[in-house]
Amino acid sequence: MTAQQAPAIHVRGLEKSYRELRVLRGVDFTVARGSIFALLGSNGAGKTTAVKILSTLLKADAGTARINGFDVATQAVDVRESISLTGQFAAVDEILSGRENLVLVARLRHLKNPGMIADDLLERFSLTDAAARKVSTYSGGMRRRLDIAMSLVGNPSVIFLDEPTTGLDPQARIEVWQAVRELAAQGTTVLLTTQYLDEAEQLADRIAILHEGRIIVNGTLTELKQLLPPAKVEYVEKQPTLEDVFLALVGADGKKATPAMAATSARTSKEQR
Amino acid sequence: MTKHFFGDTAVLLGRSLRHISRSPDTIITTAVMPIAMMLMFVYVFGGAINTGVDSYVNYLLPGILLITVASGIAYTAFRLFTDMKSGIFERFQSMPTARSSVLWAHVLTSLVANLISLAVVVLVALLMGFRSGAGVLSWLAVAGILILFTLALTWLAVIPGLSAKSVEGASAFSYPLIFLPFLSSAFVPTATMPGPLRVFAEHQPVTSIVNALRDLFTQQPVGADIWIALAWCVGLLVVAYVFAMNTYRRKIS
Repeated sequence: MTAQQAPAIHVRGLEKSYRELRVLRGVDFTVARGSIFALLGSNGAGKTTAVKILSTLLKADAGTARINGFDVATQAVDVRESISLTGQFAAVDEILSGRENLVLVARLRHLKNPGMIADDLLERFSLTDAAARKVSTYSGGMRRRLDIAMSLVGNPSVIFLDEPTTGLDPQARIEVWQAVRELAAQGTTVLLTTQYLDEAEQLADRIAILHEGRIIVNGTLTELKQLLPPAKVEYVEKQPTLEDVFLALVGADGKKATPAMAATSARTSKEQR
Repeated sequence: MTKHFFGDTAVLLGRSLRHISRSPDTIITTAVMPIAMMLMFVYVFGGAINTGVDSYVNYLLPGILLITVASGIAYTAFRLFTDMKSGIFERFQSMPTARSSVLWAHVLTSLVANLISLAVVVLVALLMGFRSGAGVLSWLAVAGILILFTLALTWLAVIPGLSAKSVEGASAFSYPLIFLPFLSSAFVPTATMPGPLRVFAEHQPVTSIVNALRDLFTQQPVGADIWIALAWCVGLLVVAYVFAMNTYRRKIS
Protein backbone atom coordinates (compact mmCIF):
# COMPACT_ATOMS: atom_id res chain seq x y z
CA MET A 1 0.00 0.00 0.00
CA THR A 2 1.64 3.28 -1.00
CA ALA A 3 1.16 6.52 0.86
CA GLN A 4 -0.95 7.86 -1.99
CA GLN A 5 -3.60 5.16 -1.86
CA ALA A 6 -3.68 4.61 1.88
CA PRO A 7 -6.73 5.84 3.77
CA ALA A 8 -6.22 9.15 5.52
CA ILE A 9 -6.46 7.55 8.95
CA HIS A 10 -6.17 3.86 9.70
CA VAL A 11 -6.37 2.68 13.31
CA ARG A 12 -6.13 -0.95 14.47
CA GLY A 13 -6.30 -2.32 18.00
CA LEU A 14 -5.26 0.90 19.70
CA GLU A 15 -4.79 0.53 23.46
CA LYS A 16 -3.75 3.01 26.10
CA SER A 17 -3.79 2.89 29.88
CA TYR A 18 -2.95 5.45 32.51
CA ARG A 19 -1.74 3.22 35.31
CA GLU A 20 -4.82 1.19 36.30
CA LEU A 21 -7.22 3.11 34.11
CA ARG A 22 -7.72 1.49 30.71
CA VAL A 23 -8.75 4.42 28.54
CA LEU A 24 -8.56 2.76 25.12
CA ARG A 25 -9.21 -0.99 24.92
CA GLY A 26 -8.70 -1.83 21.28
CA VAL A 27 -9.97 0.94 19.03
CA ASP A 28 -10.38 0.30 15.28
CA PHE A 29 -11.53 2.69 12.60
CA THR A 30 -10.66 3.97 9.15
CA VAL A 31 -11.28 7.41 7.73
CA ALA A 32 -11.49 7.90 3.97
CA ARG A 33 -9.69 10.81 2.35
CA GLY A 34 -11.63 14.04 2.14
CA SER A 35 -14.36 12.94 4.54
CA ILE A 36 -15.50 14.23 7.90
CA PHE A 37 -15.39 11.59 10.62
CA ALA A 38 -16.94 12.27 14.00
CA LEU A 39 -15.74 10.49 17.11
CA LEU A 40 -18.60 10.74 19.54
CA GLY A 41 -18.46 10.03 23.24
CA SER A 42 -19.17 11.35 26.68
CA ASN A 43 -16.56 13.05 28.84
CA GLY A 44 -13.72 10.70 29.68
CA ALA A 45 -14.57 8.23 26.90
CA GLY A 46 -11.03 8.50 25.53
CA LYS A 47 -11.60 10.82 22.58
CA THR A 48 -8.78 13.19 23.46
CA THR A 49 -6.42 10.30 24.21
CA ALA A 50 -7.11 8.87 20.75
CA VAL A 51 -6.50 12.24 19.10
CA LYS A 52 -3.26 12.72 21.04
CA ILE A 53 -1.97 9.36 19.87
CA LEU A 54 -2.89 10.14 16.28
CA SER A 55 -1.16 13.52 16.45
CA THR A 56 2.07 11.94 17.86
CA LEU A 57 1.72 13.57 21.29
CA LEU A 58 1.20 10.27 23.11
CA LYS A 59 2.48 6.77 22.51
CA ALA A 60 -0.01 3.93 22.38
CA ASP A 61 0.55 0.84 24.54
CA ALA A 62 -0.55 -1.46 21.74
CA GLY A 63 -2.01 -1.36 18.26
CA THR A 64 -1.11 0.69 15.21
CA ALA A 65 -2.21 3.98 13.77
CA ARG A 66 -1.32 5.27 10.34
CA ILE A 67 -1.89 8.71 8.85
CA ASN A 68 -1.63 8.80 5.05
CA GLY A 69 0.17 5.48 5.36
CA PHE A 70 2.76 6.79 7.85
CA ASP A 71 2.99 5.05 11.21
CA VAL A 72 2.50 7.51 14.10
CA ALA A 73 5.05 5.72 16.26
CA THR A 74 7.87 5.09 13.81
CA GLN A 75 7.35 7.83 11.21
CA ALA A 76 6.26 10.65 13.51
CA VAL A 77 8.06 13.32 11.51
CA ASP A 78 6.21 12.40 8.30
CA VAL A 79 2.95 12.27 10.22
CA ARG A 80 3.53 15.76 11.60
CA GLU A 81 4.06 17.04 8.05
CA SER A 82 0.61 15.81 7.04
CA ILE A 83 -1.49 16.74 10.07
CA SER A 84 -2.66 19.65 12.11
CA LEU A 85 -4.11 19.53 15.59
CA THR A 86 -6.72 21.90 16.94
CA GLY A 87 -6.91 21.00 20.59
CA GLN A 88 -9.71 21.32 23.09
CA PHE A 89 -8.74 24.85 24.06
CA ALA A 90 -7.88 27.43 21.44
CA ALA A 91 -4.09 27.10 21.31
CA VAL A 92 -3.28 30.65 20.32
CA ASP A 93 -0.66 33.06 21.60
CA GLU A 94 -2.57 35.72 23.55
CA ILE A 95 0.19 38.28 23.53
CA LEU A 96 0.80 38.20 19.78
CA SER A 97 -1.59 39.61 17.20
CA GLY A 98 -3.70 37.34 15.01
CA ARG A 99 -1.41 37.88 12.05
CA GLU A 100 1.73 37.25 14.12
CA ASN A 101 0.24 33.95 15.29
CA LEU A 102 -0.27 32.80 11.71
CA VAL A 103 3.17 33.99 10.59
CA LEU A 104 4.71 32.12 13.54
CA VAL A 105 3.08 28.84 12.54
CA ALA A 106 4.02 29.34 8.87
CA ARG A 107 7.65 29.87 9.85
CA LEU A 108 7.68 26.85 12.13
CA ARG A 109 6.33 24.81 9.23
CA HIS A 110 9.22 26.20 7.17
CA LEU A 111 6.98 27.68 4.47
CA LYS A 112 7.86 30.39 2.00
CA ASN A 113 6.06 33.75 2.19
CA PRO A 114 4.66 33.43 5.72
CA GLY A 115 3.18 36.93 5.46
CA MET A 116 1.18 36.07 2.35
CA ILE A 117 -0.12 32.81 3.85
CA ALA A 118 -1.19 34.72 6.98
CA ASP A 119 -3.03 37.39 5.00
CA ASP A 120 -4.87 34.77 2.91
CA LEU A 121 -6.09 32.92 5.98
CA LEU A 122 -7.09 36.11 7.80
CA GLU A 123 -9.21 36.97 4.77
CA ARG A 124 -10.72 33.49 4.61
CA PHE A 125 -11.71 33.54 8.27
CA SER A 126 -12.94 37.16 8.27
CA LEU A 127 -10.22 38.24 10.67
CA THR A 128 -8.56 40.84 8.44
CA ASP A 129 -9.92 43.75 10.48
CA ALA A 130 -8.65 42.24 13.72
CA ALA A 131 -5.33 41.09 12.22
CA ALA A 132 -3.15 43.59 14.05
CA ARG A 133 -4.93 43.33 17.38
CA LYS A 134 -3.63 41.29 20.30
CA VAL A 135 -5.45 37.96 20.49
CA SER A 136 -6.27 38.62 24.17
CA THR A 137 -8.87 41.14 22.89
CA TYR A 138 -10.59 38.56 20.63
CA SER A 139 -13.99 37.03 21.36
CA GLY A 140 -14.32 33.27 21.90
CA GLY A 141 -15.51 32.71 18.35
CA MET A 142 -12.74 34.81 16.79
CA ARG A 143 -10.18 32.96 18.90
CA ARG A 144 -11.48 29.61 17.69
CA ARG A 145 -11.50 30.80 14.07
CA LEU A 146 -7.90 31.94 14.44
CA ASP A 147 -7.10 28.59 16.06
CA ILE A 148 -8.54 26.72 13.09
CA ALA A 149 -6.84 29.11 10.66
CA MET A 150 -3.52 28.32 12.36
CA SER A 151 -4.20 24.64 11.78
CA LEU A 152 -4.67 25.26 8.07
CA VAL A 153 -1.28 26.89 7.54
CA GLY A 154 0.57 24.79 5.00
CA ASN A 155 -2.60 22.94 3.92
CA PRO A 156 -2.15 19.75 5.93
CA SER A 157 -4.21 16.95 4.45
CA VAL A 158 -5.57 15.66 7.78
CA ILE A 159 -6.98 17.89 10.51
CA PHE A 160 -7.89 16.85 14.04
CA LEU A 161 -10.49 18.98 15.75
CA ASP A 162 -10.83 18.05 19.40
CA GLU A 163 -14.20 19.36 20.65
CA PRO A 164 -13.99 22.44 18.46
CA THR A 165 -17.21 24.07 19.68
CA THR A 166 -17.12 23.34 23.41
CA GLY A 167 -17.70 26.58 25.27
CA LEU A 168 -18.71 28.59 22.21
CA ASP A 169 -21.91 30.59 21.87
CA PRO A 170 -24.43 29.36 19.25
CA GLN A 171 -23.33 31.84 16.60
CA ALA A 172 -19.65 31.07 16.99
CA ARG A 173 -20.58 27.41 16.79
CA ILE A 174 -22.24 27.89 13.41
CA GLU A 175 -19.18 29.81 12.21
CA VAL A 176 -16.97 26.89 13.15
CA TRP A 177 -19.30 24.40 11.45
CA GLN A 178 -19.15 26.50 8.30
CA ALA A 179 -15.35 26.47 8.41
CA VAL A 180 -15.28 22.69 8.84
CA ARG A 181 -17.63 22.14 5.88
CA GLU A 182 -15.45 24.35 3.68
CA LEU A 183 -12.41 22.34 4.68
CA ALA A 184 -13.96 19.06 3.66
CA ALA A 185 -15.21 20.61 0.43
CA GLN A 186 -11.58 21.36 -0.44
CA GLY A 187 -10.56 17.75 0.11
CA THR A 188 -9.14 17.95 3.63
CA THR A 189 -9.83 14.96 5.85
CA VAL A 190 -11.35 16.01 9.16
CA LEU A 191 -11.47 13.95 12.33
CA LEU A 192 -13.71 15.65 14.78
CA THR A 193 -14.41 14.71 18.37
CA THR A 194 -17.50 16.01 20.05
CA GLN A 195 -19.93 15.33 22.83
CA TYR A 196 -22.70 17.20 21.00
CA LEU A 197 -24.82 14.77 19.05
CA ASP A 198 -26.27 17.45 16.77
CA GLU A 199 -22.76 18.52 15.82
CA ALA A 200 -21.95 15.05 14.54
CA GLU A 201 -25.30 14.92 12.81
CA GLN A 202 -24.72 18.26 11.09
CA LEU A 203 -21.17 17.70 9.91
CA ALA A 204 -20.04 14.13 9.72
CA ASP A 205 -20.03 11.71 6.79
CA ARG A 206 -19.40 8.89 9.24
CA ILE A 207 -19.94 8.72 12.95
CA ALA A 208 -18.29 6.39 15.45
CA ILE A 209 -19.31 6.15 19.08
CA LEU A 210 -16.47 5.61 21.52
CA HIS A 211 -17.69 4.09 24.76
CA GLU A 212 -15.63 2.58 27.58
CA GLY A 213 -12.54 2.47 25.40
CA ARG A 214 -14.09 0.75 22.39
CA ILE A 215 -15.86 1.83 19.22
CA ILE A 216 -19.34 0.40 19.73
CA VAL A 217 -20.86 1.57 16.45
CA ASN A 218 -19.43 3.08 13.30
CA GLY A 219 -21.45 4.12 10.26
CA THR A 220 -23.24 6.87 8.39
CA LEU A 221 -26.03 8.73 10.11
CA THR A 222 -28.62 6.72 8.15
CA GLU A 223 -26.97 3.44 9.13
CA LEU A 224 -26.89 4.48 12.76
CA LYS A 225 -30.54 5.45 12.70
CA GLN A 226 -31.46 2.01 11.30
CA LEU A 227 -30.07 0.42 14.45
CA LEU A 228 -33.18 1.52 16.28
CA PRO A 229 -36.73 0.28 15.53
CA PRO A 230 -38.17 1.70 12.27
CA ALA A 231 -39.34 5.26 12.39
CA LYS A 232 -42.95 5.91 13.14
CA VAL A 233 -44.63 9.15 12.25
CA GLU A 234 -46.01 11.28 15.01
CA TYR A 235 -47.37 14.75 14.73
CA VAL A 236 -46.33 17.02 17.54
CA GLU A 237 -46.58 20.73 17.87
CA LYS A 238 -42.98 21.75 18.11
CA GLN A 239 -42.16 24.66 20.34
CA PRO A 240 -39.16 26.64 19.13
CA THR A 241 -36.08 25.71 21.11
CA LEU A 242 -34.27 28.41 22.97
CA GLU A 243 -31.53 28.14 20.36
CA ASP A 244 -34.06 28.84 17.55
CA VAL A 245 -35.29 31.89 19.43
CA PHE A 246 -31.80 33.10 20.19
CA LEU A 247 -30.60 32.73 16.63
CA ALA A 248 -33.77 34.30 15.23
CA LEU A 249 -33.44 37.30 17.48
CA VAL A 250 -29.76 37.96 16.97
CA GLY A 251 -30.00 37.12 13.26
CA ALA A 252 -27.62 34.24 12.63
CA ASP A 253 -26.06 33.73 9.18
CA GLY A 254 -26.25 37.47 8.69
CA LYS A 255 -29.90 37.19 7.58
CA LYS A 256 -32.39 39.52 9.12
CA ALA A 257 -34.99 37.47 10.90
CA THR A 258 -37.96 38.63 12.89
CA PRO A 259 -39.13 36.73 15.95
CA ALA A 260 -42.46 36.13 14.23
CA MET A 261 -40.85 34.43 11.22
CA ALA A 262 -38.80 32.15 13.38
CA ALA A 263 -41.75 31.19 15.51
CA THR A 264 -43.94 30.32 12.54
CA SER A 265 -41.28 28.26 10.85
CA ALA A 266 -40.64 26.33 14.04
CA ARG A 267 -44.29 25.72 14.75
CA THR A 268 -45.14 24.45 11.26
CA SER A 269 -42.26 22.02 11.13
CA LYS A 270 -43.11 18.55 12.30
CA GLU A 271 -40.78 16.35 14.14
CA GLN A 272 -40.47 12.82 12.89
CA ARG A 273 -39.47 10.03 15.14
CA MET B 1 14.46 16.84 12.39
CA THR B 2 17.59 18.42 13.79
CA LYS B 3 18.23 20.24 10.51
CA HIS B 4 15.68 22.89 11.52
CA PHE B 5 16.82 23.10 15.15
CA PHE B 6 18.60 26.45 14.97
CA GLY B 7 16.06 28.09 12.67
CA ASP B 8 13.10 26.94 14.75
CA THR B 9 14.77 27.93 18.02
CA ALA B 10 15.43 31.40 16.58
CA VAL B 11 11.79 31.78 15.49
CA LEU B 12 10.50 30.69 18.90
CA LEU B 13 13.06 32.84 20.72
CA GLY B 14 11.78 35.80 18.69
CA ARG B 15 8.28 34.96 19.87
CA SER B 16 9.19 34.87 23.58
CA LEU B 17 11.32 38.00 23.35
CA ARG B 18 8.31 39.73 21.84
CA HIS B 19 6.36 38.62 24.91
CA ILE B 20 8.95 40.27 27.12
CA SER B 21 9.07 43.48 25.12
CA ARG B 22 5.28 43.67 25.32
CA SER B 23 5.15 43.09 29.05
CA PRO B 24 8.34 44.76 30.33
CA ASP B 25 6.77 44.59 33.79
CA THR B 26 8.25 41.08 34.09
CA ILE B 27 11.73 42.65 33.91
CA ILE B 28 10.74 45.43 36.31
CA THR B 29 9.16 43.15 38.91
CA THR B 30 12.16 40.84 38.70
CA ALA B 31 14.49 43.75 39.42
CA VAL B 32 12.31 45.61 41.94
CA MET B 33 12.57 43.09 44.78
CA PRO B 34 16.38 42.78 44.78
CA ILE B 35 16.66 46.58 44.42
CA ALA B 36 14.33 47.11 47.38
CA MET B 37 16.40 44.65 49.42
CA MET B 38 19.58 46.42 48.41
CA LEU B 39 18.15 49.81 49.44
CA MET B 40 16.95 48.43 52.75
CA PHE B 41 20.15 46.64 53.63
CA VAL B 42 22.43 49.48 52.58
CA TYR B 43 20.48 52.36 54.11
CA VAL B 44 18.61 50.74 57.01
CA PHE B 45 20.66 47.82 58.32
CA GLY B 46 23.96 48.58 56.62
CA GLY B 47 25.16 51.04 59.23
CA ALA B 48 24.91 48.39 61.92
CA ILE B 49 26.54 45.60 59.95
CA ASN B 50 30.27 45.33 60.26
CA THR B 51 31.73 43.55 57.26
CA GLY B 52 35.23 44.88 57.57
CA VAL B 53 35.00 46.82 54.30
CA ASP B 54 34.18 50.51 53.83
CA SER B 55 31.31 50.32 51.40
CA TYR B 56 28.48 47.95 52.30
CA VAL B 57 26.93 48.19 48.81
CA ASN B 58 30.20 46.83 47.40
CA TYR B 59 29.94 43.95 49.85
CA LEU B 60 26.27 43.32 49.16
CA LEU B 61 25.98 43.46 45.37
CA PRO B 62 27.12 39.89 44.54
CA GLY B 63 24.40 38.38 46.77
CA ILE B 64 21.79 40.76 45.37
CA LEU B 65 22.70 39.65 41.84
CA LEU B 66 22.06 36.02 42.78
CA ILE B 67 18.71 36.98 44.33
CA THR B 68 17.84 38.76 41.08
CA VAL B 69 18.39 35.56 39.11
CA ALA B 70 16.48 33.49 41.66
CA SER B 71 13.45 35.77 41.39
CA GLY B 72 13.77 36.09 37.59
CA ILE B 73 13.50 32.38 36.89
CA ALA B 74 10.02 32.35 38.47
CA TYR B 75 8.94 33.97 35.20
CA THR B 76 10.71 31.27 33.21
CA ALA B 77 8.57 28.66 34.93
CA PHE B 78 5.52 30.89 34.52
CA ARG B 79 6.01 31.37 30.76
CA LEU B 80 6.54 27.65 30.21
CA PHE B 81 3.52 26.81 32.38
CA THR B 82 1.35 29.22 30.37
CA ASP B 83 2.41 27.54 27.11
CA MET B 84 1.62 24.12 28.53
CA LYS B 85 -1.75 25.23 29.84
CA SER B 86 -2.89 27.08 26.72
CA GLY B 87 -2.19 24.08 24.50
CA ILE B 88 0.22 26.00 22.30
CA PHE B 89 3.01 23.71 23.53
CA GLU B 90 1.08 20.72 22.14
CA ARG B 91 0.42 22.59 18.91
CA PHE B 92 4.16 23.13 18.45
CA GLN B 93 4.90 19.50 19.34
CA SER B 94 2.44 18.25 16.73
CA MET B 95 4.03 20.35 13.99
CA PRO B 96 7.04 19.46 11.82
CA THR B 97 9.16 21.69 14.04
CA ALA B 98 12.31 20.58 15.84
CA ARG B 99 10.73 19.48 19.12
CA SER B 100 13.47 20.48 21.52
CA SER B 101 13.46 24.00 20.05
CA VAL B 102 10.37 24.77 22.11
CA LEU B 103 12.28 24.16 25.33
CA TRP B 104 15.53 25.78 24.22
CA ALA B 105 13.70 28.94 23.17
CA HIS B 106 12.35 29.25 26.73
CA VAL B 107 15.82 28.66 28.20
CA LEU B 108 17.45 31.31 26.01
CA THR B 109 14.62 33.75 26.72
CA SER B 110 15.21 33.22 30.43
CA LEU B 111 18.90 34.00 29.93
CA VAL B 112 18.18 37.22 28.01
CA ALA B 113 15.50 38.40 30.48
CA ASN B 114 17.72 37.73 33.50
CA LEU B 115 20.72 39.47 31.95
CA ILE B 116 18.58 42.56 31.37
CA SER B 117 17.34 42.45 34.99
CA LEU B 118 20.92 42.02 36.22
CA ALA B 119 22.01 45.05 34.19
CA VAL B 120 19.20 47.11 35.75
CA VAL B 121 20.27 46.06 39.25
CA VAL B 122 23.94 46.86 38.57
CA LEU B 123 22.93 50.31 37.29
CA VAL B 124 20.99 51.03 40.48
CA ALA B 125 23.94 49.79 42.54
CA LEU B 126 26.21 52.20 40.66
CA LEU B 127 23.84 55.04 41.55
CA MET B 128 24.02 53.93 45.19
CA GLY B 129 27.77 54.21 45.15
CA PHE B 130 28.90 50.76 44.06
CA ARG B 131 32.38 51.02 42.61
CA SER B 132 34.69 48.37 41.26
CA GLY B 133 38.15 48.65 39.86
CA ALA B 134 37.70 45.33 38.08
CA GLY B 135 39.14 45.08 34.58
CA VAL B 136 37.49 43.70 31.47
CA LEU B 137 38.62 40.16 32.20
CA SER B 138 37.19 40.22 35.72
CA TRP B 139 33.87 41.59 34.45
CA LEU B 140 33.81 38.83 31.82
CA ALA B 141 34.43 36.28 34.55
CA VAL B 142 31.57 37.80 36.59
CA ALA B 143 29.30 37.63 33.54
CA GLY B 144 30.36 34.05 32.87
CA ILE B 145 29.57 32.92 36.42
CA LEU B 146 26.22 34.71 36.37
CA ILE B 147 25.32 33.16 33.00
CA LEU B 148 26.19 29.68 34.28
CA PHE B 149 24.20 30.31 37.47
CA THR B 150 21.21 31.57 35.43
CA LEU B 151 21.33 28.54 33.13
CA ALA B 152 21.47 26.17 36.09
CA LEU B 153 18.48 27.80 37.80
CA THR B 154 16.64 28.07 34.46
CA TRP B 155 16.81 24.33 33.87
CA LEU B 156 15.65 23.91 37.43
CA ALA B 157 12.69 26.21 36.64
CA VAL B 158 11.84 24.10 33.59
CA ILE B 159 10.84 21.22 35.89
CA PRO B 160 7.95 22.99 37.69
CA GLY B 161 7.13 24.87 34.47
CA LEU B 162 6.43 21.54 32.76
CA SER B 163 4.84 19.68 35.63
CA ALA B 164 3.04 22.25 37.84
CA LYS B 165 -0.72 22.04 38.25
CA SER B 166 -1.26 25.74 39.01
CA VAL B 167 0.43 29.08 38.36
CA GLU B 168 1.32 29.38 42.03
CA GLY B 169 2.94 25.97 41.98
CA ALA B 170 4.93 26.90 38.89
CA SER B 171 6.57 29.90 40.53
CA ALA B 172 6.59 29.01 44.24
CA PHE B 173 9.75 26.91 43.93
CA SER B 174 11.80 30.08 43.57
CA TYR B 175 11.08 31.32 47.13
CA PRO B 176 13.57 29.04 48.88
CA LEU B 177 16.14 29.99 46.25
CA ILE B 178 15.58 33.67 46.99
CA PHE B 179 15.99 32.91 50.70
CA LEU B 180 19.19 30.89 50.32
CA PRO B 181 21.54 33.91 50.05
CA PHE B 182 20.45 35.02 53.56
CA LEU B 183 22.11 31.89 54.93
CA SER B 184 25.39 32.64 53.22
CA SER B 185 28.16 35.19 53.14
CA ALA B 186 25.99 37.45 50.94
CA PHE B 187 24.81 39.83 53.69
CA VAL B 188 27.15 39.26 56.62
CA PRO B 189 30.45 37.42 57.06
CA THR B 190 29.79 33.80 57.97
CA ALA B 191 32.22 34.07 60.90
CA THR B 192 29.50 35.83 62.92
CA MET B 193 27.06 32.89 62.63
CA PRO B 194 26.53 30.22 65.32
CA GLY B 195 28.03 26.73 64.83
CA PRO B 196 25.75 24.53 62.67
CA LEU B 197 24.39 27.49 60.69
CA ARG B 198 27.92 28.59 59.99
CA VAL B 199 28.84 25.13 58.72
CA PHE B 200 25.83 25.14 56.42
CA ALA B 201 26.51 28.70 55.24
CA GLU B 202 30.12 28.01 54.48
CA HIS B 203 29.41 24.93 52.45
CA GLN B 204 26.38 25.92 50.41
CA PRO B 205 26.78 27.08 46.79
CA VAL B 206 25.74 30.71 47.30
CA THR B 207 28.69 31.45 49.61
CA SER B 208 31.34 30.28 47.20
CA ILE B 209 29.68 32.03 44.25
CA VAL B 210 29.27 35.26 46.24
CA ASN B 211 32.87 35.10 47.45
CA ALA B 212 34.14 34.52 43.94
CA LEU B 213 32.12 37.44 42.55
CA ARG B 214 33.24 39.68 45.44
CA ASP B 215 36.89 38.83 44.89
CA LEU B 216 36.53 39.57 41.19
CA PHE B 217 34.89 42.95 41.91
CA THR B 218 37.49 43.94 44.49
CA GLN B 219 40.45 42.62 42.45
CA GLN B 220 41.45 40.17 45.17
CA PRO B 221 43.04 36.87 44.18
CA VAL B 222 40.04 34.58 43.68
CA GLY B 223 41.73 31.47 45.02
CA ALA B 224 39.81 28.23 45.36
CA ASP B 225 36.41 29.93 45.65
CA ILE B 226 36.01 30.42 41.92
CA TRP B 227 36.61 26.73 41.23
CA ILE B 228 34.17 25.68 43.93
CA ALA B 229 31.68 28.21 42.54
CA LEU B 230 32.13 26.88 39.00
CA ALA B 231 31.82 23.30 40.22
CA TRP B 232 28.56 24.14 42.00
CA CYS B 233 27.15 25.94 38.93
CA VAL B 234 28.12 23.22 36.46
CA GLY B 235 27.03 20.44 38.83
CA LEU B 236 23.67 22.09 39.46
CA LEU B 237 23.29 22.75 35.73
CA VAL B 238 23.92 19.12 34.81
CA VAL B 239 21.59 17.71 37.48
CA ALA B 240 18.80 20.20 36.69
CA TYR B 241 19.19 19.55 32.95
CA VAL B 242 18.94 15.79 33.38
CA PHE B 243 15.84 16.06 35.57
CA ALA B 244 14.24 18.66 33.31
CA MET B 245 14.81 16.51 30.20
CA ASN B 246 13.33 13.55 32.05
CA THR B 247 10.22 15.53 32.93
CA TYR B 248 10.03 16.77 29.33
CA ARG B 249 10.25 13.27 27.87
CA ARG B 250 7.52 12.06 30.17
CA LYS B 251 5.35 14.97 29.06
CA ILE B 252 5.68 14.38 25.34
CA SER B 253 5.98 10.59 25.72
